[in-house]
Amino acid sequence: MSEIPSELRYTKSHEWVRNEDDGTVTVGITDHAQELLGDLVYVELPEVGTEMAAEDAVCVVESVKAASDVYMPVSGEVVVVNSDLADAPETINDSPYDDGWLIKIKLSNPDEINDLMDADSYEAEIEED
Amino acid sequence: MLQVIGIPDTDALFDEIPPHLRVAGLDGIPETMSEMEVSQLMHRRAAENKQAVCFIGAGAYEHHIPAAVWQLATRGEYYTAYTPYQAEASQGTLQLTYEYQSMMTALTDMDVSNASLYDGASALAEAMLMAVRANRKSKSRRILMPRTVHPAYRKTADTIVSGQNIELVEVEYDRNTGTVQLDAIQQAAGQDATAVVIQQPSFFGTLEDVDAITDWAHRNNMLVIAITNPLTITVLKPPGQWGSQGADIACGDGQPLGAPLSSGGPYFGFLCSTQALVRQMPGRIVGRTIDVDGNEGFVLTLQAREQHIRRSKATSNICTNQGLVVTASTIHMAIMGPQGLENSAAACHANTRELVAQLSTIPGVSQAFSSPMFHEAVLTLDRPADEVLSALAEYNILGGYDLGAEYPELGHAILVCATELRTEEEITAYRSALQTVLEQEQETRQKEIA
Repeated sequence: MSEIPSELRYTKSHEWVRNEDDGTVTVGITDHAQELLGDLVYVELPEVGTEMAAEDAVCVVESVKAASDVYMPVSGEVVVVNSDLADAPETINDSPYDDGWLIKIKLSNPDEINDLMDADSYEAEIEED
Repeated sequence: MLQVIGIPDTDALFDEIPPHLRVAGLDGIPETMSEMEVSQLMHRRAAENKQAVCFIGAGAYEHHIPAAVWQLATRGEYYTAYTPYQAEASQGTLQLTYEYQSMMTALTDMDVSNASLYDGASALAEAMLMAVRANRKSKSRRILMPRTVHPAYRKTADTIVSGQNIELVEVEYDRNTGTVQLDAIQQAAGQDATAVVIQQPSFFGTLEDVDAITDWAHRNNMLVIAITNPLTITVLKPPGQWGSQGADIACGDGQPLGAPLSSGGPYFGFLCSTQALVRQMPGRIVGRTIDVDGNEGFVLTLQAREQHIRRSKATSNICTNQGLVVTASTIHMAIMGPQGLENSAAACHANTRELVAQLSTIPGVSQAFSSPMFHEAVLTLDRPADEVLSALAEYNILGGYDLGAEYPELGHAILVCATELRTEEEITAYRSALQTVLEQEQETRQKEIA
C-alpha cells in the first residue's frame, strides 16, 4: 500500500501539492506514481520563471520503462526547481514527498488549491484504478 | 482467395474508402509487362549510360570503395533492407551499430552518435528540431541559416521544420571570400536566435571561420549545428573542437564513407551531439551493457524517448536507421582505418587544387572566391555554364555543378571537385577539353557577330 500523507492535496494525474501558506506550493509525484513508473533515470525540469496554466505539462519523469509528463496541479509561475534531481533522479523513488519534490509554484489564483483532492479522495481514486 | 474471405470482387476490399476519394487511374503508368520484357527494356536503357569522368561533388562524391566493403556488407548475416527492432536484432547487428557510433564519435569528436538517419538533409532538419527542443533559453524558434549551406539541405530542412513554426533566417555570404562573415550572422540574429547552422567545408568548398562563429554563438546562448563531410574532418578540425566548447550537434551525409553514387542514393545521414543533448536526440542508439551473468552485450538504449513508448510526445517520428548502408560504411571505415581515410581526404584536396590551378590558366576561367577551399571550388566562366557543361559531356566529362539556378548572382559559375580517383591525365584532359569548348564558342560567337 503506498503512502498518502493526509496534509497534502492531490490530482488525478498523481501529483501531490503542499501548501506553503505564503502564496506558493511545492509539487511532486506521489508514492503511488513512483511505484508505477519504477526506477527513475531522468527528470526534465522547467526553467524558473515559466508560467503555465493548471493541467499543462511542466516536467518529464523518465523511468527505465516509460517517460511521463508531470502536469501543473494549479496555474502559476515556477519559482524554484529541485535541480539536485538532475544527478540523482532516484531520489524521487526513495523520498517522493520530501527530497524528491520537483518544483515550487507561485499561485496565480490561490483558490485553485481548493479544487484539488484530499488524501481520502486520492486514496479512493487510486483504488478505483 | 476472394471466395475464401467471402467477398465478390477486389473492389469490395476498398468499400471503406468513399468512391470519390478513390483514384480511378494514374496518368503515365504504362501497360503491364512480363519479367522478360522488363529485363530487356532495362538492359537497353542501361546501355545508354555513358562512362563519363566525374568532376562533380556538390554533396555526393565519387570515392574509391575497397571491394571487400560491399562483398562483406551483402553477406546473408547483414543483407537486409529491414531494420530489426530490439526483440529481433541479433547481437551482431547491434554490435556493428555500436561500432559505427563509436567511429562517428571518434571522427567528429562529439560525445554521442545515433544509429544514423535517412540522409544528410533530413539529419539537418532533425538537428534543428533537437536544438529548438533543447535550447530553452531562447524563445524565438529562429535558426540562422547561411546561404553557404547546401541549397537542397536548406530546402529539405525548411519543408520539415516550417510546419513547427521554426523560422529559418537566411544569412548572406561574402562575395569575395565565399564564406559567411560573423557580422552578417550577428545582424541576422537580431534580439534572439535559437541556433546557428555552419557547413564546413561550405557548399562552395570554402572554409568557414568555425571557431569564431561557434564562440560567438555560445556567448549569445545559441546552439551550434555543424554540417560536415565526414571524410574531410580526418584532416580539418572536427566539430567537437570548434571554438572553445565545440559544436553542440554535428550532422551530415555519410555517403563519402563507402556508399557509391548510384544516381543519388540510398545514402545515410549521421547525427552526433554532446552528452547534454542526448535525450533530445532522435532515432535509435545502441549501448553496451552487461547481462545478468556478467557477459557483455549490446542493446537499444534510451528507448523511453521513442514513439513506441512516448507516443505523440516522442522526440521524433524517426525510429529506425539506415541499416544496410551504415553496415557498409562501418566496414569501409574499418578497412580504410584513420590513416587511410586521411590519405584519401588529403588526395582529394591536392587533386582539386591541381584541377583549379590548371583550369584557371584558361582565358575566361577564374576562381570565384579567395577563401581557402577543401576539395571543391567555384569557377566562373565567360560563357553560360549549362552550354559549357553540355559541350564537355560530349568529351565524356562531367565538368561540374551548374550554380546558376541557386546562385544567379554568381553569373556563369560552376562548382568543381576532383576526388582521389581523378588522375593527372584526367585533369589534363579536362583542361584541354574546356579550353577547346571555350575557344569554339568564342569562334561561333564571332561568326554570329560578323
